[in-house]
Amino acid sequence: MASKNVNEPSKFKLFCRKNFGFLFILVWLVGFLIFRLYPFISSFVYSFSDFHLFNGIKNWGLMNYQEIFSNKKIMSSLGITFSYAFITVPLKLVFALFIAYILNYKIKGVNFFRTAYYIPSILGGSVAIAVLWKALFRDEGLINAIIRAFGGQGVNWLSDPDYALFIISLLRVWQFGSAMVLFLAALKGVPQDLYEAATIDGASKARQFFSITVPLITPVVFYNLVTQLCQAFQEFNGPYIITQGGPRGATTLFSLLIYNRAFKMNEMGMASAMAWVLFVIVMVLSLIAFLSQKFWVYYGDEK
Amino acid sequence: MNYTQRQKIGTVVKYIILILVGFVMIYPLIWMVGATFKTNNEIFSSLSPFTAHPTLDGYKNAMNDYGGKINLFKSMVNTYSYVLPKVLFTVISCTLTAYGFGRFKFVGRNALFSILMATLFLPQVVMNVPQFILYNSFGWVDSPIYLPLIIPSLFAFDTYFVFMLIQFLRGIPRELDEAATIDGCNAFQTLILVICPMLKPAIVSCALFQFMWSSNDYMGPLLYVKDPTRYPATIFVKLSMDADTGFDWNRVLAVSLISIIPSLVVFFCAQNQFIDGISAGSVKG
Repeated sequence: MASKNVNEPSKFKLFCRKNFGFLFILVWLVGFLIFRLYPFISSFVYSFSDFHLFNGIKNWGLMNYQEIFSNKKIMSSLGITFSYAFITVPLKLVFALFIAYILNYKIKGVNFFRTAYYIPSILGGSVAIAVLWKALFRDEGLINAIIRAFGGQGVNWLSDPDYALFIISLLRVWQFGSAMVLFLAALKGVPQDLYEAATIDGASKARQFFSITVPLITPVVFYNLVTQLCQAFQEFNGPYIITQGGPRGATTLFSLLIYNRAFKMNEMGMASAMAWVLFVIVMVLSLIAFLSQKFWVYYGDEK
Repeated sequence: MNYTQRQKIGTVVKYIILILVGFVMIYPLIWMVGATFKTNNEIFSSLSPFTAHPTLDGYKNAMNDYGGKINLFKSMVNTYSYVLPKVLFTVISCTLTAYGFGRFKFVGRNALFSILMATLFLPQVVMNVPQFILYNSFGWVDSPIYLPLIIPSLFAFDTYFVFMLIQFLRGIPRELDEAATIDGCNAFQTLILVICPMLKPAIVSCALFQFMWSSNDYMGPLLYVKDPTRYPATIFVKLSMDADTGFDWNRVLAVSLISIIPSLVVFFCAQNQFIDGISAGSVKG
């Protein structure tokens, strides 16, 4: 070092100067390593053990995974989670797109409607709204009161296994506002001259919708689809608060089972294995969505 | 029927749909407000949100203690005692991280950025169990100052906000940074004096969303808060519903409504920031 010209910074100094920006992401990186990567890997390791919160680990092996795939209750809960996601996500996206499509016409008071439709999204995750949902759909609740007022017969929404899951889904469908706001922003970005050209060519409104609007907003459809799917597979609050997984297990989503195993029975190894099964499912679905992009998602800046 | 007539009818139909769907969506909330003023006999027997005999019993009973240890107001104070630090820490750590990724080149930047994006898709359900084990080994479970709920936000834990800020940062011209550098600002001064003022709308959006999401969060407190005196509002609302066997709905709904009033006030004061915020987070990419 001493032989070097004093005015010329050392290689190390240059390296530091060039990578100075690294300092700004350091907090995130440390947090990522401690709070995400380590737990993530450790849960994979625990999933091969019989880790009990108080008794520790006694055995290693594949027994957790064997139990998951042979236990009827766990498998049926997996099925319920799939039906929950495949009821909730399409309904939510269809509603969101439908209302956004109408709002995209020159409607007076767009902001008012947009806000009104958005309120459920912002409050929907709260326990207070889950409580309200129970008040609406309980046997003596508001919905049945309305049905009876019109001379119908009340339905046991929450105590009938055939309906309960749908009511839980409805709580999420009701929160279509955030997806709608995204659709609305995307619809505003569709160039008007395309519609004008299509009208001159004699294309009907429906034809324009499916041949111009939908293809051009597929990036947002894709984004909404992936984020909503991820959310749906993690749903916990609704079923936990409203139905506690009942009636007769009809709303026992997978996240509820994980919660029970981990925090009621303290079987951390088993719960880790179940969490990993869920993780792999969500990953595979996201991967399918990502890989399928090139067949149906249109990015304007593609060469 | 000519073209303009058809168009008029179309417009009317659109308004009818918008108002009807909107009414169905919002009516439960309006009904909820009305129900808190009804007697328990009346709540489910009339469909209208209005009542001829309003009563404040629901609100009076909403003030009741739960097991002598916690009441509604105390639980709301508890909620905001961790939500506010969390919002502050999130804003600071996420802005720093977004600035680092958005404005600098360094070894491994692209790989680290991919990791950051990947964590967006990492389901929290998968993380709950191992995180609990980790926090448990730190002795953070049932910490009196809500460590497991607050500390991760110091480390830009909610990467969604980092992503949102980076998206916004891309729209701020780099010439501004360069001008600041020429004027003698170092990178940190540039961040504080140039970037932050420009980034303010996005930062406000992040703060608002973090405020809403953490006040609504139920899973976090459920796992990490065991002492009833420290229960936040979300747990208190759930308890007050469970403690009830189905006779006291005006109290339960009053408790629920009061617990979301701060969120409602924040939402109505800043509705446009919310809506701009979610649009900024995804579409611009």
